Amino acid sequence: MAARGEPAAIGPVVAAGNGLRHQHLAIAGMAAALAVAPLVLYPVFLMKVLCFALFACAFNLLIGYVGLLSFGHAAFFGTAAYAAGHAAKVWGFPPELAVLFATACSALLGLVFGWLAIRRQGIYFAMITLALAQMLYFFYLQAPFTGGEDGIQAIPRGRLLGVLDLSHDLVMYWVVLAVFLAGFLLIYRTIHSPFGQVLKAIRENEPRAVSLGYEVDRYKLLAFVLSAALSGLAGGTKAIVFRLASLTDVHWTMSGEVVLMALVGGLGTVFGPIVGAAVIVSLQNYLAGLGHWVTIVQGLIFVACVLAFRRGIVGELGRLLGKPL
Amino acid sequence: MAGDGTILETEGLSKEFRGFLAVRDVALRVRRGTIHALIGPNGAGKTTCFNLLTKFLQPTAGRILFEGRDITGLRPAEVAKLGIVRSFQISAVFGHLTALENVRVALQRQRGESFDFWRSEKLLERWNGRARELLDAVGIGAVADVPAAELPYGRKRALELATTIALEPRLMLLDEPTAGMGREDVGRITALIREVAKGRTVLMVEHNLSVVADLCDTITVLVRGEILAEGDYGRIAADPRVREAYIGSEEGRA
Repeated sequence: MAARGEPAAIGPVVAAGNGLRHQHLAIAGMAAALAVAPLVLYPVFLMKVLCFALFACAFNLLIGYVGLLSFGHAAFFGTAAYAAGHAAKVWGFPPELAVLFATACSALLGLVFGWLAIRRQGIYFAMITLALAQMLYFFYLQAPFTGGEDGIQAIPRGRLLGVLDLSHDLVMYWVVLAVFLAGFLLIYRTIHSPFGQVLKAIRENEPRAVSLGYEVDRYKLLAFVLSAALSGLAGGTKAIVFRLASLTDVHWTMSGEVVLMALVGGLGTVFGPIVGAAVIVSLQNYLAGLGHWVTIVQGLIFVACVLAFRRGIVGELGRLLGKPL
Repeated sequence: MAGDGTILETEGLSKEFRGFLAVRDVALRVRRGTIHALIGPNGAGKTTCFNLLTKFLQPTAGRILFEGRDITGLRPAEVAKLGIVRSFQISAVFGHLTALENVRVALQRQRGESFDFWRSEKLLERWNGRARELLDAVGIGAVADVPAAELPYGRKRALELATTIALEPRLMLLDEPTAGMGREDVGRITALIREVAKGRTVLMVEHNLSVVADLCDTITVLVRGEILAEGDYGRIAADPRVREAYIGSEEGRA
């Protein structure tokens, strides 16, 4: 029988009910705030936040709504970064095609990894995803097209659709914002779709979902591929923004970071991963002077989350307001 | 009641766990339109039998025939799609979904749209009418919008029944539907099972013998993985071997 419960122990805030109007308002508010954000904040910093926010949202689709803890999501993020970098720099793809190509690569990789990992549950699933991601890391370390320790540098940002010059940070920012919102809305729709309803049922009680005639592995696999593709969208965009794809993007610490972001913000919440990504990226930026101490600060935050507020920032906030956020 | 044909049949069904024979050469025959009970002391292999019939476990030997078709090699979800729907010992509901949504999860399966991640869940609202009917039928229509986790135990079991019936199963397998219930709830669930069993076939594991006496047409007694006796309640109750098995096992555990 299925091993249940690890994610349930972390517990999403009540996902039931049809009162989603407050969420729609919050999404509109967030989009508006992000649109004017570069007036106040440094656009490059904001773009980093948005790329990681999309990555964390994609990861959260799996852990928060299917109950699958992947510990190898860096593979999808990093593969897409290399794919976008290579396509843009070596093949001369325009940015939109480079990112689409990167997304497709990650989706394909997700299909393979997912197909292999979904046969196992709980911790075994997490370990298999980690192992596969590590294998890929060592492959990228040796492969000629990744540039090894140097990575792919000076990736051209190019012109979007041959028109918009992305070398201006502000223009690049609007494009990243559009990509982020598109990805976020797709995830939001997925959660609130007939498919999402089945995912929630599987998360709540897998054997029962099976007994109702659902081939749960197929649903998990589709969710896994979606999550991988959207992680790829984030990774590919990141490579174009920072003009860099490197081993950091595929390293297991990247997989760990995305777990941390989702956890700090709130697993199984709509906005949690975004807040989590903003917190973690801010910490990395503003505490950069501390050097390796940043990792220790992150570790402490992780411990605090697990011990004191398991629902994460947004999860706790949602509980206080009595509304799922 | 429908015809007298056999809906489910097993031949030499056996399950071995690392040298321990949990189910041994069981030949079970469930007639269409009846309520059939599987009873026996703890550890007799009743739940293992259920898991074999629904393919949650793969039998070590033997065959399972459903409406004459060999289903021994099928996956659990395929068995469910054929119309064999089971319940679980521990009430199996989707806790964070409302009672209404729980039933809709069953209803939406029959349409092929459950993979559609790009469409709105508003699509599911067309099942609301049918879902409410089912909730009313089991007497919990008033709590349709309450998350299942917040329902009291008896109502969770009623919800589970409503969800099961939503699939229009041809054979319902109920694993201890009255386990852990107070007397009042037992009476209510018994009446409910009698009601939903009309025109259907039910195979149930049950410890409460008065429920079995009340509901079931045929009783199969399992002891140590084997069929010890079979028949109606009067015959089973009079069987000295059955009495011995029950008393013996009670002593054995005391």
